[in-house]
Amino acid sequence: MTAAAAPTAAHTAPDGAPDPAARARRRRSALRTAAFMSPWLIGFAVFFAYPLLSTVYFSFTKYDGFRQPVFNGLDNWSYVFTDSPAFWPAMRNTLWLVVVMVGCRVAFGLGIGLLITKIKTGTGIFRTLFYLPYLAPPVAATLAFVFLLNPGTGPVNTVLDAVGLPTPGWFTDPSWSKPALTALALWGVGDLMVIFMAALLDVPKEQYEAAELDGAGSWARFRHITLPNISPIVLFAVVTGVIQAMQYYTQPLVAGKVAAGVIGGSGQQFEPGYPDKSTLTLPQLVYNLGFQRFDYGTACVIALVLFTLSMAFTALLMRRRGGLIGAGE
Amino acid sequence: MSTRSRKAVLHWVGVHSLGVAAALFFVLPFVFLLLTSLMGDRQALTRDLWPDTWEWGNYAAVWNTPGFLTWWRNTLLYAGLGTLLTVVSSVPVAYALAKFRFRARRLSLMLVIAMMMLPPQVVVIPMYLFWAKQLGLTGSLWPLIIPMAFGDAFSIFLLRQFLLTIPDEYLDAARVDGCGELRTLLRVVLPMARPGIAAVALFQFFYAWNDYFGPQIYASDNPAAWTLSYGLESFKGAHHTNWNLTMAATVLVMAPVIVLFFFAQKAFVEGVTLTGVKG
Repeated sequence: MTAAAAPTAAHTAPDGAPDPAARARRRRSALRTAAFMSPWLIGFAVFFAYPLLSTVYFSFTKYDGFRQPVFNGLDNWSYVFTDSPAFWPAMRNTLWLVVVMVGCRVAFGLGIGLLITKIKTGTGIFRTLFYLPYLAPPVAATLAFVFLLNPGTGPVNTVLDAVGLPTPGWFTDPSWSKPALTALALWGVGDLMVIFMAALLDVPKEQYEAAELDGAGSWARFRHITLPNISPIVLFAVVTGVIQAMQYYTQPLVAGKVAAGVIGGSGQQFEPGYPDKSTLTLPQLVYNLGFQRFDYGTACVIALVLFTLSMAFTALLMRRRGGLIGAGE
Repeated sequence: MSTRSRKAVLHWVGVHSLGVAAALFFVLPFVFLLLTSLMGDRQALTRDLWPDTWEWGNYAAVWNTPGFLTWWRNTLLYAGLGTLLTVVSSVPVAYALAKFRFRARRLSLMLVIAMMMLPPQVVVIPMYLFWAKQLGLTGSLWPLIIPMAFGDAFSIFLLRQFLLTIPDEYLDAARVDGCGELRTLLRVVLPMARPGIAAVALFQFFYAWNDYFGPQIYASDNPAAWTLSYGLESFKGAHHTNWNLTMAATVLVMAPVIVLFFFAQKAFVEGVTLTGVKG
């Protein structure tokens, strides 16, 4: 769609004099724009627009990938919202992740960011150590945490037991599996630390000095100077966190599989969400319905719910006024 | 000692103790991982934290597992070629979005951001059918590599943010000297954009290295096409009572990205900052 829009824009630009030279120049410039944009224009059409429209179409059909799709109206949609045993649990898990995991991650990221700006000795070493876990590949980090939080023999429960604290079942207990995933997410908080650190260092020093002269304590300075100055970044962290939470896939799936002791990599026999659907999320449900049950129609309904939620929060990032990632001119 | 300097010392001690506590939280998982990877088979199943004997042979055993080297090669192909294609195809798009004036610019940028935020699961069913039925390329990593030749939304966005910081005067000067847009891009913009390109290349390399969903969808039925991230999980499945070997494999998958990070720390941290903060 933008392929057509670019040349037309230059061609019909409001313009008094029909000057052929100017016109040729404008056409050249439009062609040049289209040429530079062309890799993405093709990518947009083939890997975004076409599959998105297909997904919408399949969501109104009964389709298993082998026989031709058969139109079945709103059957898939009403199944998902009323009868599906997995959709609402996945939505509830997502809500939990949005509130607790994202909340903890933003608060912890801000705390670590504040801490690193206060550390004066060995700053580089501390910063590297705090940042490293963020780089651990998700599958590897998840495997490591399933081992660390192994209820019987893992180091964490060994230590908890030694100091007389209760030893939860972590990834094997439906009420502890999401907190265990949250611990994993807090371990990889390095990205937020870097973003908050940059924002905190940008707060004008004079404001702190003035507040100190007025006798403001450290909490008052944080509350009345630091927070207002970095609030756009906090909002950015929250919104991108929410988007990531809705797309949460690799960690809960791998944690569930490994904790359940599923053998083999093909995944055909593992129902995501172990234990007891407590780690099920929408993307895992798309995988489960589409690639394990071959119910493409229903999987596409879930995919569209995921799409709508992701785009709604992305729109928050892009609002022209108070937009967060500078999409405005 | 005056109260003022005593307060400063207490503050230093307080802040750095917190720092050490936080560092323990971030580092101890790595430490337990390494220690367990060096235990014997039986000890790894106990609650022991410290190895009785140091089994360095565990790493050789993992390395020599059938398939492990193939996963390495596949991962390097996916990450290396994918990164190259992404940079080559994304730079011109980002340049146009940052420096050309055209009417659909804002709309294009919004669509780039929308694509960037799109979970891969949303379009995976038609995409899978496309690669499987139209092109017959499933069972390989090509369905993941080929799209990277058509611009990656996140890379385009990040590069665009970076290119905005290059003053237009440099481009105007090149144009006055008679450079066309392509030459301006290659001769003037590219050298100045090197940190941005480095950040994008790193992110894309890490993305491919870490990707689990992509290989799971397109390559799961062909172990010869698995990547490290995907193979690692099946490794756990096949050696499910050998936590020591699994942890050694985990270390071997983590190590390259961490080594790469130490070589390119500055570019990486700059890149993270660039994603979030503009103005």
